[in-house]
Amino acid sequence: MMSSNTASSSAVVAGSADPAAPRRNSKKPKYSRFTQQELPACKPILTPRWVISAFLLVSVVFIPIGVASLFASRDVVEIVDRYESDCIPPGINDKVNYIQTPGDKSCNRTIKVPKHMKKPVYVYYQLDNFYQNHRRYVKSRSDAQLRDNSSASDTSTCKPEDTVNGTGTLPIVPCGLIAWSLFNDTYSFSRNNLQLIVNKKDISWKSDREHKFGSDVYPKNFQANGTLIGGASLDPTKPLSEQEDLIVWMRTAALPTFRKLYGKIEVDLEQNDVISVTLQNNYNTYSFNGKKKLVLSTTSWLGGKNDFLGIAYLTVGGLCFFLALVFTLVYLVKPRRLGDPSYLSWNRNPGGR
Amino acid sequence: MTTDTTNSPRQIGSLSCLCPNASFSSSVFDDAQWNLLGEQQHQDKVNEDEFDQIEIEEGEGGDEIKPLELDHSGSSFKDPQLGVLSQSRVFFEQFPLECPREERIRQILSMGSMERHGNGNNHNNIHINGNGNGNVAALEIEKPRSKHRIRHSQHKSLQFDEDNLSHEDNPRLIYINDPRRTNDKYEFTGNEIRTSKYTIITFLPKNLFIQFHRVAYLYFLAIAALNQLPPLAVFGRTVSLFPLLFVLCVTAIKDGYEDWRRHRSDRKENNRETLVCQSGDFRMKIWKKIQAGEVVKIFANESIPCDMVLLGSSDPSGLAYIQTMNLDGESNLKTRYARQETALAVSDGGMISGLIRCEPPNRNIYEFTANMEFNEHRFPLSQSNIVLRGCQLKNTDWIIGVVVYAGQETKAMLNSAASPSKRSRLEGYMNRETLWLSIFLFIMCLVVAFGMGLWLLRHKDQLDTLPYYRKRYFTSGRDNLKRYKYYGLPMETFFSFLSSIIVFQIMIPISLYITMELVRLGQSYFMIEDNHMYDSSSDSRFQCRSLNINEDLGQIRYVFSDKTGTLTENKMEFQRASVYGKSYGSSLPMVDLLQEQNIVAASAGRRWKLKSEIAVDSELIELLHKDLTGDERIAAHEFFLTLAACNTVIPILTHGTSSSCIKSELQEDSGEAIDYQGESPDEQALVAAASAYGYTLFERTSGHIVIDVNGEKLRFDVLGLHEFDSVRKRMSVVIRFPTGAVKVLVKGADTSMFSILDNGTEMDDHIRNSTQSHLSGYSSQGLRTLVLAARDLTDEELEVWQCRYEDASTSLTDRVAKLRQTAALIECNLKLLGATGIEDKLQEGVPEAIESLRQAGIKVWVLTGDKQETAISIGLSCKLLTSDMHQIIINGNSEDECRSLLADAKSKYGVKSWRGRNSSLKWKEDGILALPLALIIDGNSLVYILEKDLESELFDLATSCRVVLCCRVAPLQKAGIVDLIKSRTDDMTLAIGDGANDVSMIQMADVGVGICGQEGRQAVMASDFAMGQFQFLKRLLLVHGHWNYQRVGYLILYNFYRNAVFVLMLFWYILCTAFSTTSALTDWSSVFYSVIYTSIPTIVVGILDKDLSHKTLLLYPKLYGSGYRHEAYNLRLFWIMMVDTLWQSLVLFYIPLYTYKDSSIDIWSMGSLWTIAVVVLVNIHLAMDVRRWEVFTHFAVWGSIIITYACMVVLDSIPVFPNYWTIYHLAKSPTYWLTILLITVVALLPRFLFKVVRQTFWPSDIQIARELEILRKHGNLESKKDQGSS
Repeated sequence: MMSSNTASSSAVVAGSADPAAPRRNSKKPKYSRFTQQELPACKPILTPRWVISAFLLVSVVFIPIGVASLFASRDVVEIVDRYESDCIPPGINDKVNYIQTPGDKSCNRTIKVPKHMKKPVYVYYQLDNFYQNHRRYVKSRSDAQLRDNSSASDTSTCKPEDTVNGTGTLPIVPCGLIAWSLFNDTYSFSRNNLQLIVNKKDISWKSDREHKFGSDVYPKNFQANGTLIGGASLDPTKPLSEQEDLIVWMRTAALPTFRKLYGKIEVDLEQNDVISVTLQNNYNTYSFNGKKKLVLSTTSWLGGKNDFLGIAYLTVGGLCFFLALVFTLVYLVKPRRLGDPSYLSWNRNPGGR
Repeated sequence: MTTDTTNSPRQIGSLSCLCPNASFSSSVFDDAQWNLLGEQQHQDKVNEDEFDQIEIEEGEGGDEIKPLELDHSGSSFKDPQLGVLSQSRVFFEQFPLECPREERIRQILSMGSMERHGNGNNHNNIHINGNGNGNVAALEIEKPRSKHRIRHSQHKSLQFDEDNLSHEDNPRLIYINDPRRTNDKYEFTGNEIRTSKYTIITFLPKNLFIQFHRVAYLYFLAIAALNQLPPLAVFGRTVSLFPLLFVLCVTAIKDGYEDWRRHRSDRKENNRETLVCQSGDFRMKIWKKIQAGEVVKIFANESIPCDMVLLGSSDPSGLAYIQTMNLDGESNLKTRYARQETALAVSDGGMISGLIRCEPPNRNIYEFTANMEFNEHRFPLSQSNIVLRGCQLKNTDWIIGVVVYAGQETKAMLNSAASPSKRSRLEGYMNRETLWLSIFLFIMCLVVAFGMGLWLLRHKDQLDTLPYYRKRYFTSGRDNLKRYKYYGLPMETFFSFLSSIIVFQIMIPISLYITMELVRLGQSYFMIEDNHMYDSSSDSRFQCRSLNINEDLGQIRYVFSDKTGTLTENKMEFQRASVYGKSYGSSLPMVDLLQEQNIVAASAGRRWKLKSEIAVDSELIELLHKDLTGDERIAAHEFFLTLAACNTVIPILTHGTSSSCIKSELQEDSGEAIDYQGESPDEQALVAAASAYGYTLFERTSGHIVIDVNGEKLRFDVLGLHEFDSVRKRMSVVIRFPTGAVKVLVKGADTSMFSILDNGTEMDDHIRNSTQSHLSGYSSQGLRTLVLAARDLTDEELEVWQCRYEDASTSLTDRVAKLRQTAALIECNLKLLGATGIEDKLQEGVPEAIESLRQAGIKVWVLTGDKQETAISIGLSCKLLTSDMHQIIINGNSEDECRSLLADAKSKYGVKSWRGRNSSLKWKEDGILALPLALIIDGNSLVYILEKDLESELFDLATSCRVVLCCRVAPLQKAGIVDLIKSRTDDMTLAIGDGANDVSMIQMADVGVGICGQEGRQAVMASDFAMGQFQFLKRLLLVHGHWNYQRVGYLILYNFYRNAVFVLMLFWYILCTAFSTTSALTDWSSVFYSVIYTSIPTIVVGILDKDLSHKTLLLYPKLYGSGYRHEAYNLRLFWIMMVDTLWQSLVLFYIPLYTYKDSSIDIWSMGSLWTIAVVVLVNIHLAMDVRRWEVFTHFAVWGSIIITYACMVVLDSIPVFPNYWTIYHLAKSPTYWLTILLITVVALLPRFLFKVVRQTFWPSDIQIARELEILRKHGNLESKKDQGSS
C-alpha cells in the first residue's frame, strides 16, 4: 500500500502525471475504523481480580491433574531388571571379546512380581548410553529403500553400511547403521514352568508397517558385510513390513537412555509370581559401557511409570494457589487505586521536571 | 531592456566596465564605513585581521581586479595591535558584496587560509548557495560531521563553481529547429525517460546484486553455502536454501511490482504526443522521439514534454504562464517570457533558426544560464525564458519553444533522486545487541565444538566399533578399514563448530530485518491514513518519504523548527506602514470599511477587486489624495509606486463574478478582478496592499509595467530588475516614468538598506531615526519588515549601469555575481521612503502544539532568519517564551564578547556542565534548572561560537535552557546547531521546516520533517516525513511516534527472544546427543519456525498494537518521555529478556525430557513435541504482552498455532519423511497435551509474576495511564484533566 504511494509520488515528481486525468477531488484519507486504528478491541489489564483469578484458575486446573497423574503413575507396576553385567559368566574379564565370540550366551534371570499386573504387560528392553540420536547414526538410513523394492540401490546415505564390500553393486537391504545395529537379545518368560507367550505382533506403529516399510521389500545381503557384525540378522523370507523388531528399532530414540518395546505378555501377572527369564545376551553394549535392562510394565492412560508430571502439576498448582493468596493479601494490605493519576511520575514528585 | 540588448553584446568581462565599478564601490564603502562609525559607535572597531587577511591575499593572487576599496580600507584602519572587536556582521552586511570581493574570497579560501577567514562564513555560504549550479548541490551537504563542517561545505560549493567555469568551455549548442545538426555533434539523450530500475533481462542479476548489499543476506548465503559441504550437511540441501530464497523472492516480487508500475507509467509518459515542427509543419510526435533542437508547440493545459527555451507564445509580447506544481509544488502561476525578438518572429509566422548556447544539464530548477544567437544578435537567456518538463501551460493559448534538454537530462528528471536514507536509532541499538547474540552464538558453538572434541578424545578407541558412530568400514572389499567421514580430531572439532553455526543460525534474527520493514510499512500506512494529519487547506496527506525511521519519532528530544512557513502560515498580510517617518496602520481594524470604501470609490472612481480584502488606514488614504506636492506626499507616492513596481508579481486579470462584498458597494463595476501571482508571499501582500491604496499593478511584461494610480493608468518602462538575493537582501528595479525620469526603486531588509541610504540633511536623519524606531516597534509585534527607498538616476549613471547590466545579464558564467556587482552601482545613496510591516500569522494550533511538545519533555528550538525582535515576539505569541522566563540574550560581535556573554550567563544562572549534570542526576532532573531560562542568540554570535571553541559553552548553556531561539541564522548554521546537539548528546533531533533554507537542517537532523507549504517542495523532497501543518507534529510525535517506538521496541526484543529460545532449546538437546548437532526437529520445522510459524503475529502486533489511545497520549504529553528514556528497548530489558529466555528454554527442554524419561519415545515425536511447545510458548508469550486485542491479533496469534499444527500434520503425512505419522500418534496421548500445558505455564510463570509485581508495586506511567483509560472511561477522564496535566 505504501509502495504504491511512493511510486505515484515519484512519478509526479518526474513530471509524468497525466494531465488528462482530473486531479482527485481530495486526498483526504477515507475514514474507516481500520485506517484510523479504532477497530473494536479488547484491552486486557492486570487488575487484582484478574491476577488472583488467573492464579486460582491455574491451581484449580493443575492440582486435580497433578493428583490424577500421580495416581495413574502409582498404578503402573514396573519391574526393571538390569542384566548386562550379571549375564557375563564369572571369570571373564574381556567382556567385549566374550560378546563378540559366537556361542551360546543364554542367561537365566528370575523376577518377582511385586504387585498384580494387569494385562497386557509390556516387555521393554532399555539401553543406556546408546546415542541413537547421534547425527551420524540418525542419518544412516534410506527411507526410500525401506519403502519400495525398486529403490533398493538407493543407499547413498547409508555409509558405511551401504553395499556389500563397498562394491556398489550389491546393496544391503535394509542399509545403514541403524538397521545394522539391530538389537538382538532375546527373552523368553515362564511362570511356574509354564511358558508365557510374548506377543510380538503390533509392537510397532501401524503407520510404519503400512507405509514406511514395504511389504515387497525383503532383507538382502543383511549382516553379510565384513567382519564386524552389528546385531541381529533378519529372516530374508519375511518382508520388512513384518519385521517388527526392526521397525521398532528404526524409530530411533530421542535420548541416549531409551526403552524399546519387545513384546506384550497378554496375561495378568499376579502378585508374588516368580517369573523366570531365559535371555540370549547377544548385544554388544560392553564396548561403550552401556547398560541393558529388561523392563516389564503395565500402562495407564498416561503411559508408563513416571511421577514427574504429577509432581510438577501439583507443585505448580500449589505455587499458584500460594501466589493467589499472597496477592490477595497484598491487595488487601496495600491496595493501589488503579489508574490514579496521582501515581503518575510527574505528579508524585511535583518538583521534578 | 529589449531595445538596448544588442548595443554591446561582446563586452563580456571587459575591464573597462569593471573599473568604474571598483571606484564606485570604494565610495560606497566609505559611506558605509561612515554609517558604521557614526551610528553605531559602540562598535567602532573593524576587524583588523579581516582586512589584513584580505589585503595579503590580494597581493598574492588578486591580479585580475584592482581592489581599490580594500587598499583604502586597509590603510585607514591598519592597527594590528588592536584586539578583535569588530562588528563583522555589520561589515559584511552593510558593504555591498559585489563580485570582486567574492572572487577574492574564493581565492582566499582556495589558497587554503580558511581558518582565519571564518568570520565571513555566514555570508559566503549564502552567496554560494544562491549562485549558479551550486544551489541545489550546495544544499545537499552530506552531513559533515566535523566542527569544520561549514568550511567543508564551502569547499564543496566552491568546487561546484569551478565546475561551472570549466563547463563554460564546452557549452551545449542547440541549433534551433535543426535537430539533426544539434544532435550530430553531441549525443544528447532523446526524450525517452526511464524511471524504472530494471529491464526484464537485467532484473534478476541487478536485483540480486542490490539485495546482497545487505550484510544479513550475505550471512544467509554463507550459512547456506556452508551447509552444502558434505561433512556439514546439517539440513537437507534444498531446505537450507529455503529461507534465503524465500526472502529473496519476496523482496524481488516487491521490487518487481514496483518497477512494473514504473515501467507502465514510463510507457504511458513516453507515448504521449505533442506537436513538433517537422519539415516546416507542426505534426504530432510521440514524446520519446523528441530530440534536442526541435521546435515544439504546446497548447493550454498541456504539460511540457521537455525543458524548452520559449520562443514565442500566443501573447504578442511572448508571455506565457506555467504552473510548476509537479516540479516544486507551488501552485501559483509563474510567468515565462519569450525573448521579444523571437516572439516577434514567431508571431510573424516565420520559422526560427538560431543557436542557443546553454550550460550542461544540471538539477537546479531555479537557474538557467544560456544565450541565444538569433538574426546575428546575441542576447541572454535566463530562468524566465525556459519552461521545464513536468510543468503545465496555463492561461496561454499556445507556446512554441525549442528543446534544450530532453529525457533524462531534463531538470525534472535530474531532480527525482530520492533523499538519502537514514538508519533508525533503535536499529543501531539492535545491532549492538545482535553483536551480543553473535557472541552467545559463538560461545554455544565453541561449547559444542569442545564437547565434540572431548567426546571424541574419550571414545577414541571405541570410535571404530561404536554402533552409533562406526568410523571405519569393515568390509572385505576395497573400502576395508577406510575411514568414513572422519577427518581427524581437530578437523572434526572444527566441523562440529561450523555445523553448530548452521544449526544455531537463527540466533541472529535475520528475519527481523524483513519483519521490521513490513512493520514499518504498515505503520507508515496508518500514519498516512490518519485523518487527523490531513491538511484540508493544501489537500495534503501526511507523507512518509523514509521508511526506516518510524520509531525514531518516539524518541525525539530536540525539535528544531523553522519559523516562517512552519510556525507561521506564510500568508502575509500587510499591516503597518511607516511613510516618511510617520507610522500608519496602528488603528487599522477600527477603520470603518464602508466609509473607507467610499473614499476610494469617490476618488478613484474605480477600484480593482482583489481576491483578499485588505483593511486600509484612512489617514494614509487621505494623504494619498492630496495634491502631489510636498516631500511627504511625494514620498508616499513613491512608497506605493515602489510597492507596486518593485517586485516580480504577475497580475492576472480574471473576468467574472468574483463574489465580494465590495462589489455591491462599488458603482459601475466591470466585474474585473485581479489575482496576483507571485513567488514570494511577501510581495503578493505588498502589491495587494498597494492596490488597496489605489496603486494597482495592472500589467506586467518583460519591458514595462502598467500601474493604475487612482484610476490613471501609468506605463513605466522597466529598464532593469535586480532580483532579490540573500546576500544583498534587497531587490531593485530601474523604471522610466512616463515623464522620462528614471528612478531606481529599492526594497530590502533593514540591515541591508540603512547602509546604502543617502545621508544628507537633518530631516533625513530624523526620518531615518523615526523609521528605525517604527521598525523595531513592528518587529516587536512580530511583523516582518521591509525598508523602501528610491532615488533618481542621472543620465551618466544610467548609461554606466546599462552597459554593465547588459554585460552581466548576458554572461554565461557568474551571472549572478556580475549582476550583483551591477546592482551595487545603483543601490546607493538612496532616499528613504519608509518601511512596511507584514504580518505572518501563526498557524492554527501552533501554541498548543508547542505547549504539548514542551510538556512531553521535548525541547523546541526555533531557528529563524528573522530579526531578533520578530523572533522573540513570535516566540511569545506561540507560547514558546513565557513571561516568567529569564531571557539570556547572546548578541556578541566578537569571539571575546561571545565568550564573556556565555560565561556571564553561565555563572549567573549557575549552569553546570552537561556531563556533570548528566552523570549526577541521570534522567531525573534533565538539566532543567528551577529557573526557567530562555536563550536568544543571533546568527552573528553563532558564527563565532560555532567556529571557535565556544561550542561546548554554548552547548552547556543551551541545554540548560527551556527554550532556545536562534535568529538571523543562515541555512548552514541551522545544520550546525543541529549538529551541535547531535554530536554532543545521544538525544534524537528532529528538524522541521518548509523552505529550501531548511534543507541542510532537515538532512542533518535524525528526523527531518518537511512542511508542504508555500515555499516550494525542496524541504519536502529532502525530508523523511512531510505534512501540511506544524500542529500535526504534536500528533506525529506524541501519538504515532509513541506507538511506533513502543511497537518496534517490543518487536525487536520479542524477535530476539523468539529466536534465542528456539536456538537454546536446540542447544540443550545437542548436549544430549554426544555433541553431534542433531536436531530433533525436522528440517522443515526448523526452517518454518521463524518464517511461517511465528512471524505473522509479530508483524500484526508490530503494526496494530497500541498501549494507549491517542486521546490519552495527547492528554498526557509527558507519557512521551518513555521514548527518549529508552523505556521500551534498552540493554537492561535485553538482559532481562535473555534471562527469561534462558529459563524458558530450560523449561522447554527439561519438562519433556523428564516426562519422557525412560520411555520409548522416538526422536521425531520428541521433535514434534518441542516444535509445538515452542510455537505455543512464544505465541502465548506474545499474547501476554499484547495490549490491544483486535480481530486481526486474534487471527494472527491463534492462527499461527493452528497453522503450525496444520503444517505438522501435512509434513507428517508424507511417507518420505522419517517423521511420518508422528503427530497422529502424539495427539492421541494425553501426556503430550499435559506436557505442552505444563511447559507453557511453567515457562511463563516467572514472566507473569514479574509483570504483576511490577505493575502492582512500581507501575510505569504508561501503565497508570492505561488503567486510567480503560477503567475510568472518557467522561471520568475529563474531570481528572486538571489534576493530571499539571
